[in-house]
Amino acid sequence: MWKREDPPRPPVVTPTPEPFAQAPSPGRVDHTREEPRLMREEPTSIGKSIVISGEVRGSEDLTIEGRVEGKIDLRDHVLTIGTNGRITAQVCAKSIVVLGHVTGNLVATDKVEIRESGSVEGDVVAPRVALADGSHFRGSIDMQRKEMPGAPEAMPAVSEPAAEMRLNAGVTDELVRV
Amino acid sequence: MTDRQESARVSEVAPLEPGVPSATLAQFLSLLFARASAELIDLGPAVGANIAFLGERIGCKIHVVDLYADLDHHARHDALAQFPDCVEQRFALPDESVDAVLCWDVFDFLDPPAAGVLARQLKRVLRRGGPVLGLFSGGGQDEQYYAKYVIEDETRLRRSFYPGACPRGHVRQNREINALFTGLELIGSVLLKSGVREVLFRKPI
Repeated sequence: MWKREDPPRPPVVTPTPEPFAQAPSPGRVDHTREEPRLMREEPTSIGKSIVISGEVRGSEDLTIEGRVEGKIDLRDHVLTIGTNGRITAQVCAKSIVVLGHVTGNLVATDKVEIRESGSVEGDVVAPRVALADGSHFRGSIDMQRKEMPGAPEAMPAVSEPAAEMRLNAGVTDELVRV
Repeated sequence: MTDRQESARVSEVAPLEPGVPSATLAQFLSLLFARASAELIDLGPAVGANIAFLGERIGCKIHVVDLYADLDHHARHDALAQFPDCVEQRFALPDESVDAVLCWDVFDFLDPPAAGVLARQLKRVLRRGGPVLGLFSGGGQDEQYYAKYVIEDETRLRRSFYPGACPRGHVRQNREINALFTGLELIGSVLLKSGVREVLFRKPI
């Protein structure tokens, strides 16, 4: 209801042909003029039928719905592995959102998010990790506490007598010592 | 059943029960927190709230080894006799490389050979001074569900249940529990009104 609508796109103004420029022939689409606009506005996506073996690098956000095997490096950008995405790779990005299946290690400088439909088998290194109920995860999670600037204050160490006191104060009516 | 289906089943949990007090969790966490760059093994399914609590508040690295999923897989394929081998292979970690272990109630579902292998592996990978927290039920051997434990805060746990193929068939006496963890020091053993025993061990320094 409160979702902001996409702003109306300005009408495409056909540039005045330069002198000696050839007018496009009827029925022929001039993709070269469209491409820069599309790259700015549409997130880049690897489609369902695409299979990539090797290394994927980039400097823009990327959504993968196909299969990638090898290595993915989007150091300062967001990588989304869509519900159809199947990744067998070492992945490095600013943020990684998993809705599909990943086998391999994930390293993010900001956040890794495994959504309900997501599945990860590998090790995750990120300052913030969010696992939705129903997601599948097998591996280890390292949230690099020491390197997190502005992290929430760590829990103060509870000395054993203090812990004992808290237990005695709070739960004695529900516990029976054996 | 695929991992995906198993995860979907884990998500089909009953609503969380109200939080129940834990007598040993605070002590377990304080022992864990006292260790620099701690690493912990969680033998249950990955729970987002626990990952956030243990990773952000305690600041430890978490190894998720969901033995319930492995157990369920073996039970569904009528291969529980091979489960001890599976447990043996699931712990590829080097000796004395982790600082703490959260067993939850997995031992309730293991027959003596598998329980013996698991306890031996946990003692092997645990560093000196590291705690092990286990929950042991006092009954309900025919119940075919697993519990998913959520850390609410330092002193309270919530649990919810999801269906499983393996019955909670093994009620262990205190002496049997102590025998499993021979070599570890018993820090605390508390019987809750629910009949669940919380047992906290520590590897001698």
